[in-house]
Amino acid sequence: MAILGSINPILTAGLDGDRTWRLADYVARGGYTALRRVLGERIPPNEIIAEVKKSVLRGRGGAGFPTGLKWSFMPRTLPGDKYLVCNSDEGEPGTFKDRDLLRYNPHAVIEGMVIAGYAIGATRGYNYIHGEIWELYQRFEEAIAEARAAGFVGQNILGSDHSFELYAHHGYGAYICGEETALLESIEGKKGQPRFKPPFPASFGLYGQPTTINNTETLASVPFIMNMGGDAYLAAGKPGNGGPKLFSVSGHVNRPGNYELPMGTPFATLLEMAGGVRGGRKLKAVIPGGVSAPVVPGDVMMEATLDYDGVSKAGSMLGSGAVIVMDETTCMVKALERLAFFYHEESCGQCTPCREGTGWLYKIIHRIENGRGRPEDLDLLGSLPGNISGRTICAFGDAAAAPVQSFLKHFRDEFAYHIEHGRCLVPVEVQRAGSSFFTAPAEG
Amino acid sequence: MLTPESLARIDREIAKYPEGQRQSAVMSALAIAQEEKGFLAHETIEYVAHYLGMKPIAALEVATFYNMYDLKPVGRHKLTVCTNLPCMLSGGVHALEYLQEKLGIGLDETTPDGKYTLKQGECMGACGDAPVLLVNNRRMCCKMTPEAIDAMLAELT
Repeated sequence: MAILGSINPILTAGLDGDRTWRLADYVARGGYTALRRVLGERIPPNEIIAEVKKSVLRGRGGAGFPTGLKWSFMPRTLPGDKYLVCNSDEGEPGTFKDRDLLRYNPHAVIEGMVIAGYAIGATRGYNYIHGEIWELYQRFEEAIAEARAAGFVGQNILGSDHSFELYAHHGYGAYICGEETALLESIEGKKGQPRFKPPFPASFGLYGQPTTINNTETLASVPFIMNMGGDAYLAAGKPGNGGPKLFSVSGHVNRPGNYELPMGTPFATLLEMAGGVRGGRKLKAVIPGGVSAPVVPGDVMMEATLDYDGVSKAGSMLGSGAVIVMDETTCMVKALERLAFFYHEESCGQCTPCREGTGWLYKIIHRIENGRGRPEDLDLLGSLPGNISGRTICAFGDAAAAPVQSFLKHFRDEFAYHIEHGRCLVPVEVQRAGSSFFTAPAEG
Repeated sequence: MLTPESLARIDREIAKYPEGQRQSAVMSALAIAQEEKGFLAHETIEYVAHYLGMKPIAALEVATFYNMYDLKPVGRHKLTVCTNLPCMLSGGVHALEYLQEKLGIGLDETTPDGKYTLKQGECMGACGDAPVLLVNNRRMCCKMTPEAIDAMLAELT
């Protein structure tokens, strides 16, 4: 099944068959009607941008920036090449929604890209696909070939004067390439090191030309917005947070997977749809927006709604909609140790505060986790994030610092216990049982 | 240095980018070269660089930056196990320990018969199927249990 559950789905509606990624299936679901109408009626690009603004579609990659506004930054009448780039480099731990969109609904991404290209004046697009999902990269290439053969991609699309060439670019394992300017460097065949901004990509992007970068889910939403209208799309969510959203639920739940819900749905509803906490255990904590979002204690999260404002009120951020659920078998020190290792491993090394700071964070948390913590380590650890955050070229440094601050804020006792007793507050055998690795029934 | 088949695949990648931007194909060209050769020796990287008209040091920078490239020989089957937090919560670390014990090797080591190399990976964007592992950068194995790992190993020859 494509998706485990939904309430009033839009992006994943009708994805029940086993060939939903094929062009014929997409067309039978109403696919490419938005593009036909846009080009057939020669809808002015400004009207498309206005419609997207009206929908209050906000970037689904994690930053939540209003998509219509981003598009309006493009100098569409400027002569010369302009580019549209789709960011499918989905590597924020906990996030796996774009993978399912590419797997089950790739033509929605393609149609969204062609319409977006028309709106912003771009005639060439790239979809940058996460390195580890090779099979879906191949599937996307097939989908592009289908769309090109049917006249939806290429020169003079559907007999109009709009041309849009589209290609897939395969990543090869670098979290930082999800950062949009690192991604551009990567397409140019370089190390994925973020660029200093300004200039922003809308004026100096891919190959130095005006470029817009949008997330996969964002672009896949565009045909639906054009079909149902911006107002109806906005109404499908809540004010300021238009539309539905895909939520990736992972960790200690009975039914991990993707769920499509209207913005503003209570977290408790999503948890229930995901089958509740594994083994009926107690909810301990939730990271509601991918690991770069602050951790929230379970009881606070149970009162929160899932939208940009609701999660922000709970002290975190909606980010990419990656909901990582942790139950009472989780050692929070071990959890943070693994996140610190990740950030240290993936820092691109360009800025000293991030390159060195992530190493120090890992080193200190590692020694606490392994029974060699020092009494002064808690204060030392608490002092580091402020020396990284806001002192780097890109947001990676902030992302590395945020989990440390929130874990210390809400679970300081567990860190103190570790330092005092040299071991986890949660017994190791309890943690081992919590993973279910040795007890889970094999899937057929 | 590379087979005509590999070069034809690289040419198809080059064609995706505007004229004068051959370097954009370096990531896929290195991946294709690695697929053919098993790993990226310095002379392979240099060859790819010359083929694309870029400086060898720039190609080496790419090869060392992205973690799915292997600059040293690996076993016939490279197994990369994700141990990042969402996978860890569902047994990613235990899956790695199980494989270490079963194969009798540590992280970044290769079995004496040259069959398996074990690596630890970062998020593969498949956390709903945790724990996951990747075989030779290409095939993803989902919801790993001891039984599923045994079955996978029996299948790899």
